[in-house]
Amino acid sequence: MSLLRDVGVMLGRAPEKPKQKSDMAEILHARKRGKGGVNIARLIEEMAQAKSVHTWRNRRWAVLIGVNLLFTLSFFLDIQILEGSLTASRFLGFHMADIYSSLLVMLAEKHVAVNLVIGTVTVFLLWGLIGGRAFCSWVCPYHLVAEFAEMLHVWLAEKGIVQDHAIHRGVRVVFFVLFALLAFVTGHALFLTVNPIGVLSRALVYGPSLALLWVLLLLVFEVVYSRRAWCRYVCPIGLTYGVLGAAAPVRIRYHLEACAHEGECRKVCEVPHVLDLTIKNRADAAHMDVGPDCTRCGMCVDICPTHSLTFNVKGLDRIL
Amino acid sequence: MSDTPEQKKKSRKPRPRRRLSRQEENRRRFLRAGIVTGAIVAMQPLFSWVSRRFGQLRLRPPGALAGETIFLGACIKCGQCVQVCPVEAIHLADLNDGLGHGAPYIEPRDQACDFSCDALSCILACPTGALSHELGAKEEVSIGIAKLTRPDACRARRGEGFRGFARGEQFRGHLRYKEIDRWVPQPIREYEYDVELCDLCVRECPIGTTALRLEPLPDGGGSTPVVGDACVGCGVCEMICPEEPTCIEIIPSAESAQA
Repeated sequence: MSLLRDVGVMLGRAPEKPKQKSDMAEILHARKRGKGGVNIARLIEEMAQAKSVHTWRNRRWAVLIGVNLLFTLSFFLDIQILEGSLTASRFLGFHMADIYSSLLVMLAEKHVAVNLVIGTVTVFLLWGLIGGRAFCSWVCPYHLVAEFAEMLHVWLAEKGIVQDHAIHRGVRVVFFVLFALLAFVTGHALFLTVNPIGVLSRALVYGPSLALLWVLLLLVFEVVYSRRAWCRYVCPIGLTYGVLGAAAPVRIRYHLEACAHEGECRKVCEVPHVLDLTIKNRADAAHMDVGPDCTRCGMCVDICPTHSLTFNVKGLDRIL
Repeated sequence: MSDTPEQKKKSRKPRPRRRLSRQEENRRRFLRAGIVTGAIVAMQPLFSWVSRRFGQLRLRPPGALAGETIFLGACIKCGQCVQVCPVEAIHLADLNDGLGHGAPYIEPRDQACDFSCDALSCILACPTGALSHELGAKEEVSIGIAKLTRPDACRARRGEGFRGFARGEQFRGHLRYKEIDRWVPQPIREYEYDVELCDLCVRECPIGTTALRLEPLPDGGGSTPVVGDACVGCGVCEMICPEEPTCIEIIPSAESAQA
């Protein structure tokens, strides 16, 4: 049931307060209401003095740059390890194809290409296992540049120069359907023309293009008007991986006990609605997995002052 | 004109933002969602206008599905065809091609598809079948068709020979010269020609005389290149023509079908 609820939130529903909580959760919540509660003001002061931790971010950036470099070098040095770009490629000869892009191509062409099916199944298994939207934060080159744009946006917002304008998250589902419909009706996959991931990935492999201006325009929009707009509200590739990762074993796990509910995690999160369970009185169990829209970027793990958010592989604790 | 302390406080702050009620905020979110959707959907007509205005009818790699829309729709824009081409004849179109952005094309004057790979590597590399896997041999390709667009400038027609490097010493294109190396395409700038009657286009045609042959002109003196039915539009003739600009060009299949 919680899976259905989490998918609903991913598709655009607002997270709700739980109707029922586990006994353990009730006890933990009650304890915080009393004198044993954490002094948040002091905690934030401590945080300001502590050195900021970027363990997961640095690991993630290393992987992201590494994968994209492998694409570039495979062509540039002709080492042929990872050929193609992020829409479709071959890893040591095995087909890999982005699921949503493949779907669009098949809808536009009205033909099922065997190699694409092989490629999507490979990607399906790979990211189903690793954790869906982990693709976004650990591989997608647009994610990286959008992170820099986000830093700029946050800095400008603190100075009161810009303001974040939230958009209804349900629009991502609309785009998912709309791009598919357009491909089917017009025979052109418009999404593949405007997709900044494809533009960046191709630019990294085949050299810079005019199309980078379009990516720049998107980034400017994100800086001055709406924080992380493409990733949050538009990208159907992200949504596809989100659905794919709904039951994926790699998760961010939330531990209610030590949480101070000060909300630092939600400030750094790309998809803060998945962390609504960290709001006071929200968690309905002592340990909870963060919803499927989570990109497993680990920013919350890095920033959490009470170590209440951790990387977790489902079932691994039972095996070990 | 003395300000009360409250007024002072107000004037220091630029303009306090009115806190929106949940309902208002939600309405705005919906509105923004609608605007963003409209803006992105409007890009479909915008891009088709860009293709018509700035784009050109491109020569596509071997095996490209017939019909520009069908080919573009089937192409996933990954560029694997670009990577396998031994002579680097294939490029990806930029944003000025509108909906053709990211799709592969060939510019034969700079580098023609000379079938150095024999097995049509680009077709084998294509994951979607936009370059049709049903094609098995170079003779079945139809990129376009050669046309003598500047007959008056043609050396053969004027009865002239050719001596030297076909495209000068700076030219970066490659061609398979079988007598030098069967497998490694050679730089054209290193190959010197010396012919009494210029027949470079006919001589280098990878298909042979069924595609392009020289026929003596009735008035004597010169000969003219004649394009045969077997022409696949590979563009080697366009690339090798020593005249500047070229006398023989490849017309895209789509265009020749319309004409």
